[in-house]
Amino acid sequence: MFFHPAVIAILLASGLGVAMLLAAAPFAAQVIRRWDTGSGSELQLVLERRTYLFSTLLAFVFAAQLLGLLLFVFNADAMAVMFVGAMCAVGTLNVNPWGFPALGAQVALFFLAAVWLAINHLDNQAPDYPLVRLKYALFLAFGPLLAGSFALQFAYFQGLRADVITSCCGSLFSADTQGLSGDLSALPPRPALWGFYGSLALATAAAGHAWLRRRSGPLLALASALAFGAAMAGILSFLSLYVYEHPHHHCPFCILKPEYGHQGYALYIPLFVATAAGLAAGAVQLCGRKASLRARAPALTGRLAATAGAGFLLFAVVATAMIWRSNLILLG
Amino acid sequence: MIELSGIRKVFNQSRHNEYRALDGIDLFLAGRQITALSGPSGSGKTTLLTLIGCLARPTAGRVRLRGEDISGLPERFLTEIRRRTFGFVFQQFNLVRGLSAVDNVMLPAYPLGPTHRELRDRAEALLARLHLADRRDARVEWLSGGEQQRVAIARALINDPEIVIADEPTANLDTALAKAFMGILEELHAEGRTVILTSHDPLVTGSVAVHRVVALRDGRIVPP
Amino acid sequence: MRTWVARQAWLIDFTVGSLARRKTKNLGLWLVYATLVFVLASVALYTQALRLEAAAVLAHSPEVIVQRLVAGRHDLIPPGYLERMGRIRGVQKREGRLWGYYYDPVLKANYTFMVPPDAGVARGTLVVGPALERERGLARENGISFRAYSGRLFSFTVADVLPAATELMSADLVLMHEEDFRAFFEYPAGHFTDIALSVANPREVRTVAAKVAAALPDSRPILREEVLRTYASILDWREGLVLAVLSGALLAFAILAWEKASGLSAEERREIGILKAVGWETGDVILMKFWEGALISGSAFLAGYLAAYLHVFRFGATLFEPVLKGWSVLYPRFELVPAIDGLQVATLFLLTVFPYTAAVLVPIWRAAVTDPDSVMRQ
Repeated sequence: MFFHPAVIAILLASGLGVAMLLAAAPFAAQVIRRWDTGSGSELQLVLERRTYLFSTLLAFVFAAQLLGLLLFVFNADAMAVMFVGAMCAVGTLNVNPWGFPALGAQVALFFLAAVWLAINHLDNQAPDYPLVRLKYALFLAFGPLLAGSFALQFAYFQGLRADVITSCCGSLFSADTQGLSGDLSALPPRPALWGFYGSLALATAAAGHAWLRRRSGPLLALASALAFGAAMAGILSFLSLYVYEHPHHHCPFCILKPEYGHQGYALYIPLFVATAAGLAAGAVQLCGRKASLRARAPALTGRLAATAGAGFLLFAVVATAMIWRSNLILLG
Repeated sequence: MIELSGIRKVFNQSRHNEYRALDGIDLFLAGRQITALSGPSGSGKTTLLTLIGCLARPTAGRVRLRGEDISGLPERFLTEIRRRTFGFVFQQFNLVRGLSAVDNVMLPAYPLGPTHRELRDRAEALLARLHLADRRDARVEWLSGGEQQRVAIARALINDPEIVIADEPTANLDTALAKAFMGILEELHAEGRTVILTSHDPLVTGSVAVHRVVALRDGRIVPP
Repeated sequence: MRTWVARQAWLIDFTVGSLARRKTKNLGLWLVYATLVFVLASVALYTQALRLEAAAVLAHSPEVIVQRLVAGRHDLIPPGYLERMGRIRGVQKREGRLWGYYYDPVLKANYTFMVPPDAGVARGTLVVGPALERERGLARENGISFRAYSGRLFSFTVADVLPAATELMSADLVLMHEEDFRAFFEYPAGHFTDIALSVANPREVRTVAAKVAAALPDSRPILREEVLRTYASILDWREGLVLAVLSGALLAFAILAWEKASGLSAEERREIGILKAVGWETGDVILMKFWEGALISGSAFLAGYLAAYLHVFRFGATLFEPVLKGWSVLYPRFELVPAIDGLQVATLFLLTVFPYTAAVLVPIWRAAVTDPDSVMRQ
């Protein structure tokens, strides 16, 4: 399946990211070993200048992840016609066991990169760069993680075989794999509904608290992670049903399609922004304990918390509006 | 205003062509004065000027600006201080060719993100003050030497700096223009600005406008 | 926020001026960039249009076609075969079809002779595809003769010409009456080429096919979705192959971009030095250069894509036709339906803008970390 344009593009994007991060690794390691804030030596100046390259590089990887993620989902949807029983992206991702892990890894890397960029932003505000070693230790970890994600994608695409007609007989008899019908095993709607609104309320409240009091960032990070999980479960188990007005169509991707007015973007953009900001708020507060950052971290925590709160709230409002407008009655 | 103690600056550190530009400078520069650093070429006066103007960091020693130690600051923060505190007039004027006079004047303010109207007004006021109002849309390479220098001065003043730094400002000017330049310096001083310049031109170092002359030789301060 | 926007605006302002001052240097790269996008986008748009065309045509074909195999080869459906299949739940309609290929020595091309299911063609007349109309100069009421494989000469009148809308599939089509068909090919009476089944519920198609296979073990049911899948797969594969061939060009482009970005002229180096000296931060210079790259990429991408759009949909993709089309000697000439697909644009973007960005990242950084005091050390 490698001779497929979108597959080539996806693999190119993440492969390029891996290559660049791995090439930068020795230089990042040197920053960790030789960093000396007080020194006026030329080496220190070189190292300081290198940090600009690394943060630009990671911003690049971050953008690559985002675009790669979108393309990965779009492509899975477009390729659904090639697999027996696959109705949409879910079916395509289920064709072999690597599809969903690859997607999950990309999402996780996206959030990790967002957190790194937030830490970097915080660190750049203190003249002594107190988080340099932490930052570059994390930076070194990115290379292998991205390589892992690349390997998952590679394994996934390698395992894709379109069910095409062979010369002797129709594909009907070659590989009739039942159960890829695009249904995900979803939670029953009622508990999912409670969990959905409960965790969103918790996350919004935590964000509000962190915004006003400029603390409890770690709590917000936890609540954000929880809310992200619950929101995804909610989209799978009931929200998608309301959008499609069909009691068995659980796909989280089809809502992105033009048939459903691209409604999915109104859900996913606030959700991803809010989760990234919430996670970053936690990281920023934890890192902000360093003496030189104590004055600056709370403001950034507050800003991130405000973003997270607004995002979760917007997400909840959009989701509720979708349920409201739907003609489907799921819970009597 | 600016205090330097035990300043050393070494280029090409721990390499065979290692070179000590400055070696043990202790100096206090008072505010609201015109100070000239003098000395033969290679004496380290330009290097010293780059350290004072936050263009570079010393290899060892402390630089204090208004009592705050800035010698260990990374470039990001040095730049922040530099663009709000210092204005520079270079020996070669260093204007961007192909841009108009007014565009050149506005350049240092871009990263600060002022509104279009505000910055344009400020730049045009400065050009008018330096008698360049009618030349503002001319490309800088079409201007005469004296006009180019006045554009460079306007550019140095765009962010309203407390301290103006000039490197060999009269080296490319004839006597009349050099005298006019000294006149502008006096105006700046009258506005309450500090001026620090390097020069080995007797017209500058001997001028009554200059309050203090610091002589350098081989990277050290020597009696004038 | 306002300051942030104003800052970007100033940096873009400066970048535009700086690009204008170095027109000739950037023009070459820009042209190569736009050409690359043009080639890739042409391939992508063209395949996408073919895919849509195939899907549109297949939308009207039956859900299941049953062929009979003898010794692993496609054979005629004997009389009584339909009856032996029996009634299958979910099948709305089933009928035997008659079609075959005819080699025309005049044009040195193959036609598809077919009997339409609704018997809409009178005896002695033909309905021909648009390519045939063009190539043999046929019009309504014209007469035409074909020498059958048996050696006999048959004469027909052209009753109608098929609409050009689906020309990709119908270019070489000749529709005729059943009796004419049987006489022309000396087709044994009661035999058919294959059987078409209409199934209303798409979920039942596979069950129906399985039942057919069980009732007639020597049959080979072919599903419409399989045909669609096979076409899609073949088109994807061809497109991917072309892209793979072009990856060399992509690499060359990345190297060129790297070269251009690292080979700063003395004038540019001096400019960056001045900017650093008068108070620009390394990050500001990187940002300015980022905008420069974005402007170059954005305009080249847009120009290349637009040109490709015109090339494919206005000028019929004259440059790539032989590579990507061609499943018959009779090249169909058809108007592709313009279609822009988000996935395709995103793919193209990743394929072109990403290598460019990656290639210029390090050179940009290297330029941006110029010593602020460099202008004073001349």
